[in-house]
Amino acid sequence: MSIADDKEAGAGWLAIFLALALIVLAVAVALAAAIGDYSIGVGTVFLAVTNGLGLTAADIPPIEQSVVWDLRLSRSLVAALAGAGLAICGAILQALLRNALAEPFVLGVSAGASTGAVAVIVLGIGAGSVSLSMGAFAGAFAAFAMVALLSNGATSGPNHTILAGVAASQLFNALTSYIVTTSGNAQQARDVMFWLLGSFGGVRWPDFQLLVVVVFIGLAICLLMSRSLDAFTFGDEDAAALGVPVARIRLILFGVTAMITATIVSMVGTIGFVGLVVPHAARYIVGPMHLRLLPACAAVGAIFLVLADIASRVVAEQQTIPIGVVTAMVGVPFFAIILYRARPQQ
Amino acid sequence: MSISAHNLVWGVRRKTIVADVSLTVAPGETLGLIGPNGSGKSSLLRLLAGLKQPLSGRVEILGQDIARVPRRTLARQVAFVQQNAATDTNVSVRDVVRLGRTPHRSALAGWTAADEAVVSAALERVDMTGHRAQAWQTLSGGERQRVHIARALAQSPKVMFLDEPTNHLDIHHQIEILRMVRDLDLTSIIALHDLNLAAMFCDRIVVLQAGAVVDCGTPDAVLTETLLRDVFRVNAEVCAGPVACQPHIRFKAA
Repeated sequence: MSIADDKEAGAGWLAIFLALALIVLAVAVALAAAIGDYSIGVGTVFLAVTNGLGLTAADIPPIEQSVVWDLRLSRSLVAALAGAGLAICGAILQALLRNALAEPFVLGVSAGASTGAVAVIVLGIGAGSVSLSMGAFAGAFAAFAMVALLSNGATSGPNHTILAGVAASQLFNALTSYIVTTSGNAQQARDVMFWLLGSFGGVRWPDFQLLVVVVFIGLAICLLMSRSLDAFTFGDEDAAALGVPVARIRLILFGVTAMITATIVSMVGTIGFVGLVVPHAARYIVGPMHLRLLPACAAVGAIFLVLADIASRVVAEQQTIPIGVVTAMVGVPFFAIILYRARPQQ
Repeated sequence: MSISAHNLVWGVRRKTIVADVSLTVAPGETLGLIGPNGSGKSSLLRLLAGLKQPLSGRVEILGQDIARVPRRTLARQVAFVQQNAATDTNVSVRDVVRLGRTPHRSALAGWTAADEAVVSAALERVDMTGHRAQAWQTLSGGERQRVHIARALAQSPKVMFLDEPTNHLDIHHQIEILRMVRDLDLTSIIALHDLNLAAMFCDRIVVLQAGAVVDCGTPDAVLTETLLRDVFRVNAEVCAGPVACQPHIRFKAA
């Protein structure tokens, strides 16, 4: 039973929740901009941001201005968008596949996108950032196709889908490592960790600009289809009986999921378990109906990944541990709990 | 005619599952679909409801060829109750019944007082109003079946298909569900296993064997000792029941 069980209270509760979440997110982003090897006061952070937005021309050291605005703020905002995007993808996949464990990472979609991106960078297929995203997109779709093929279009039960996902992620991670170690230079070989475990190092404003468009368009499409997503509660045939054009909706939403995942992976690599943990937490807060669930997922996912990014920078001194390690630390126990609860009854 | 099917054929690979079935159902009629396991009851039900596309033949519901009607338009007139519908999602009874309004709402339309009234009436009709806030997962089998019928009713359909709605229910709930369906003011087609229940609650019965219709008519005309032996491979004694046209079947061990 969710907290917001009553329908009448639901809309108001969602608004309050989203407002609170935005405040928490703003605080988290501010913290992310202040915390690091080079610690900067919150007041300076504020001025650096207003400077960056062109609202003020406060006199602060250029190095601090640059660290806050050019490095940390863009980084934490990309983290927020990546968290929101992955959480939305998780919620969509869990609804369409009717599987509590479905998410881009578990199903190997992230691994596929990673392989696609690596193929573009290392093997030099195509050129430029557009083709990087295209490569990731093609890889994500290939992984989707493989999972769909192996699990009979997801009709052969939850376990099959997850096993197919395991196979897909193993295959594509192996391909990524193979491409990087055989064809890449020394630096690229070191970068293999980036594609397998994710990193926010190196993201800049252009990444933010692309991601903000992709995530918000994706969210809008999903919200438009939220009624149809609800209708999948009792399965495909039941959705069809409720008047949902099942094949079309699935194709569109799998496409949106692949697009969001591919864009995120091409920027920050593979980040696991966000799409798994967040939708379950959000469902507990706002209930299972998607018109409310999806915005809540976006908000919680954004906060989660900004905090995870802070954690990745402060846990080990002078070191940034890969973001995927932090999310896995949280995600794997969560995965175990869901797996335990999803075991056949009796 | 409420429903008319013409020469429906359906199968997978080389195996024919529904073989040249034609039938008609009058408005308000309760039609029972009986037959041994694997006789094609479920498949025929799905063809009639437009959930499967026939290889050949066509189905008309309320005068429209359902292959030419958009899914959503069809779902405003036709409801389908699955057997043993299940979900892992933690939904409330009201959430489930509200899903029945899906075909009537556009993508951005809010929840209206009219929608709420339909949902309340549907819950009332199946006597589940008191359970509206309860989690679906915590319901018993009979309650779940009633909730799914309420959801079908929330679609405001004129035709309702039910696939073995009494499966896994005790005899009290079996009778209760079927009486409720019979008394509804709509055309219903029910796939059933229990022949005595079919005799009690159906106006007419269609008997399927190997995908083909072998007999069709009122229960007393269809449920004969010969048919039970030929189609269901059982020896039985058929006696006149207390109500006209509703025979009673007593099975014999040998």
